[in-house]
Parts: sequence; structure tokens; C-alpha cells
Amino acid sequence: MNPQALTRRSEFEWHIEPTGQMRVPAIIYAGEPLVRDMDEKVREQLTNVATLPGIQRAAYAMPDAHWGYGFPIGGVAAFDPEEGGVISAGGVGFDISCGVRALHTGITVDKLEPHKATLADALFRRIPAGVGSTGAIEFEGNEIDEMLRGGAQWAVAQGYGTPQDLERIEEGGSASDARPEFVSQQAKKRQAHEMGTLGSGNHYLEIQRVAEIFDSSIAAMLGLQQDDVVVSIHCGSRGLGHQVGTDYLKTMVSEGFGPIPDRELACAPIRSELGQRYLGAMRAATNCALANRQIITHLVRGAFVEVIPSARLALLYDVSHNTCKIERHVIDGESRELFVHRKGATRSFGPGHPELPSSLQGAGQPVLIGGTMGTESYILIGTNHSEELSFSSACHGAGRSMSRTQATKLWQGRKLIEELGEKGILIRTRSYRGVAEEAPGAYKDVNAVAEAAEQAGLARRVARLVPVVCVKG
Amino acid sequence: MLSLESMARWEHFSHGSDIGVRGFGESIEEAFEQAALALTAVVADPSYIAPNEMVEVHCDAPDLELLLVSWLNAVVYEMDVRTMLFRKFRVLTSGCSLIGTLVGEKADPERHQIVVEAKGATVTALRVERDEQGQWVAQCVIDV
Repeated sequence: MNPQALTRRSEFEWHIEPTGQMRVPAIIYAGEPLVRDMDEKVREQLTNVATLPGIQRAAYAMPDAHWGYGFPIGGVAAFDPEEGGVISAGGVGFDISCGVRALHTGITVDKLEPHKATLADALFRRIPAGVGSTGAIEFEGNEIDEMLRGGAQWAVAQGYGTPQDLERIEEGGSASDARPEFVSQQAKKRQAHEMGTLGSGNHYLEIQRVAEIFDSSIAAMLGLQQDDVVVSIHCGSRGLGHQVGTDYLKTMVSEGFGPIPDRELACAPIRSELGQRYLGAMRAATNCALANRQIITHLVRGAFVEVIPSARLALLYDVSHNTCKIERHVIDGESRELFVHRKGATRSFGPGHPELPSSLQGAGQPVLIGGTMGTESYILIGTNHSEELSFSSACHGAGRSMSRTQATKLWQGRKLIEELGEKGILIRTRSYRGVAEEAPGAYKDVNAVAEAAEQAGLARRVARLVPVVCVKG
Repeated sequence: MLSLESMARWEHFSHGSDIGVRGFGESIEEAFEQAALALTAVVADPSYIAPNEMVEVHCDAPDLELLLVSWLNAVVYEMDVRTMLFRKFRVLTSGCSLIGTLVGEKADPERHQIVVEAKGATVTALRVERDEQGQWVAQCVIDV
């Protein structure tokens, strides 16, 4: 993207003033090199989002923004139903409630090192990953609907984890007002064998080392110290979520709000029958993702018990980064209930926010930034300033800088695994081409993304994590 | 990537985070069949897939472009729920409806060198039209 075509408001804030059908400006938070690297499609998609009815303040792009579906990935937009606001299936994404979960382990890297290959094998054996892998859970009768209503709360009630886990998950582990009856039978059928599976593509399970602490006070509040071992899980709502996205995108294209500048922006008024059906189905898919990450957590704990029994895996936090949530935000001095879309963006509530559990009131909400299998991940913390900047939102990952086709021309999976092994990073995968497509070099510099998020005021860096073991789907 | 398999006329094209599929044909039907083969090639190498089992699907849509999306999503759905991969496709259209035949076998992650699962076909870069040479082109981006 050409920065000359934008109005620069500060080192990390760029505006596109409203023209044509745009109802609000578009705002990009990033340093100049990241802006230059962004696809021109980000600008096009962001200005399209700014034309949608009921949009408030601005259409936002986070530092990791790239070309998405209607909305850019790394896009944030909030809509007021009182002003004809809309809900967009593309604005949530196909992998509804895809997110990242981080777990403490209670051990440091010196304790892990002698066991890491055994642990990598145990994780690879226990956590179904990749295409065609199946989970151990079989639903009977209407059991799947109970899971879709309860999310991680359902999973804990089934014995997957503990009630203490739930307070460290957004919305206490369950999206309320989920409506399984608005989820198609096809979507439920796609999920029949996929509970507790990691999936493929950019999804992963990593054991990581805390390599750097940026804010020792917040790190202490989160229970993080240098050289601690943590586990990160990145996955979403699996086949069910993908089918809900497919079903409702199709319906919104033919029956939703129009005219729109891009079919991929297909949406429906929040206060319409279609809008309400999608919301109910989307929340059910959110619960599927939360239950899935909870079950995987249980499987990870099993692997640690087998290999390092002294480890204690407590949930640090679980964030979803493909969502639409109802939140209260101040518009023109008035607190209003808005529908905040975050497509490839993470909520970043600051300290004292009423939605946070008591144990995080002093620190704020952890913002978990996934990196790549060869580089870094980050834990950031939400700021109160981000409310006025971006409806309390920050980035979600490194973001791709190169297509999958280009990546497979440049890298070979087997060779990459050898190179990472020489650096002490163990990869477990069933697909060499999958590893090549996810090569670290195909992603933006996550350090620059995390720094831009901090400099823009969206969230503050707490810890940098480096991979030790990576199980790829 | 242009396919080298005989009779295959498809290619992949770049998208920021996912992958585009493009099928060519003398007819809409052939272009749709080739786009489906390109979809299979996103997931695995089609040449390793044996034509052992047949599945039939029915699709309809308001226009030809959305019919391509429905068709590819039907293939994604059958791959997922049957844990199968398909290498031969036959399409018969009638207006904006189609009957498709998919031929393939159970997916075997080791033997088929499976790369990634397809989440769904999108309306991004969606095009069904004749090109300047008069051949049909059917394309869209697949979310993986």
C-alpha cells in the first residue's frame, strides 16, 4: 500500500478520509514499513467496510492486516443496531472463534530440555492433527446441541478440565444466546468426528519458552517469568464453524442487505430475521471452538502427566480472534450497545474492565499473538486507551506476507524441519508441503507487528515467547 | 502452478493468506470440473488418488458464479464428512443447477501426502466467464 495515499496522523496511525459512499473514515495502525508491505486490497476492503450501515467511529485495520474476505484480516468494525447496523458473515470469517489459548506449565526450560523429544512425540500421538484426523468424542442424539449451547462450560462438565479454567476464557467459556437450531445439519455432520482436533493450515500446538520480559510488573501479575515454559494452542471451530460460515455467506449474498460494493461483504441488518439467525448460529460455532480448545487442553495435560508428571498446566488465557461480540462503548459521550466485529483481531480490554475476571482486574486482558514455528509469539496486555483507538482491539498474529503458492516455490518442508531442528525447535507434522506453506519466511516480522501495536497504544508488550516444540496440523 | 496431468487444465493463483483455484474448459461444465480438480490439488496430489468410489451431489444458485461456489463447497463438504479425496469430476448443468459426480477414495494422510484441509469456497476473485480466446474460466479463492 502506498503511504502517500494516506493521511498520517502520527507515526503509527494513518487515515483514509471519507469519500463517496464511506460513512466513516478508515484508520490503519502500523509503522510505515508495515503499511508499505500491506496489500492494496486492505485499503479497498477497509474503505468498503466503511460504507456499511450503522458503522461507528471508523473502520480499523490492525498492524498485521492483510487481504481477507470482505473485511481485511486484522479488521475491526462496530455497528449500532439502533442505526440500522449490520452483521457480516465475512466480517467474522469462516473459522468462527478461531483463537489462541496459552497455558502455564509450572516448569522452566531446563526441566523440559531432557524430555522435549519424548513430550513432542506424546503430544503428536495424543492430539489429532491434520486432514482426516478424528477425535475420540462421538455425539449421540442431541448431545451436539448441548455442546453448542455450553462451549467450554460443557466440556468441563464432561470432565475435560476444571472450573478454574473457565474464568480465564472470554465470556466465562460460553457464548450466551447460542442457537443450535440455526446451525444446519450439514454443519453438525461435519463436526461429528472433529471434536478435540487441531485442524491444519496455520493451526498449531506449541511448547514455548519465555525468552524476554518487557513489563516485569504485569508479567508477575500474569505469573510469567524468564525461561518459563508455556503451551500455546491455535485452532478454531473446525468443520462446523466452516460450514456455518459457508451457509450464511451464501444466504446473505442472496437475501441480505444490498446493494454493497463487494459480494464478500454480504451482511444482514442485526435486527432482521436473517441477522438474528446468523448471530445464534455464530455463537453456537463460537461454543464449538471454545469446547474444542478445552478438550485439546485436556489432551495436552495428559501428555505432560505421561512425560513430566510434576508439571501443572493452568490456563493463562483464551482469546478468540474471529468474532462478533456485543459490547458497550462510548459514542458521542453516550454508552451504547454495539456489535463489534473482529476479523483476525483480538479484544484488548484494559485494567478494571467489568468483563474481566477479578484475577485480571489489575493487569488487563492478555492479548495472545501467534507467530510462526521458527520465530516468536507475544503476550501483550490490553490498555484502557485502546477503547477510544479501536473499540479495545489489537492485532492477532504475524499475518502472511507471502502466498502459499509462493512459499512452496521457495521452501521445502523436510529441509525446513532439519534447519529448525538445528536451532533446537522440534517440529511434528504429517505434511512436508504443509510445513513449506507455513514457512516462517512467509510471514511478516511479528516483532514489528507487536511493537507497532504497543507504539500505537492498542496493547503493551509483556513477554516474548520462542518455540521449542511445534505440532503442526 | 499449472497442472501437468494429461487432460487437466487448471491452475492455482495467489491470494494473500489462502489460495485461488482456476479451471479452464470448452464448456462451463468442463471449467467447473477442472476448478474442482484444482481444489483437490490444494489438499493433496491428485495423481495419488485412486478412482474407487463415486458420490453424486446436486447444487443450485441464483447465478452461474454462485453456482461455482455452491459446487466447490459441495466438494469440500463431501471431502470432510466422508474423509475422502476425489480426482475425477463430471458436471451436468441445467440453467443455474447442476448434478455433479465425484470419484475418489478414502483419504490416507501418509499415502496421499495431504497438505491442508479446505474450509470453504469464497466469493473472493469469483469469476465464471469466457476469456478472449473463447474458453470458459471458472475461478474463486478457497479458504484453507
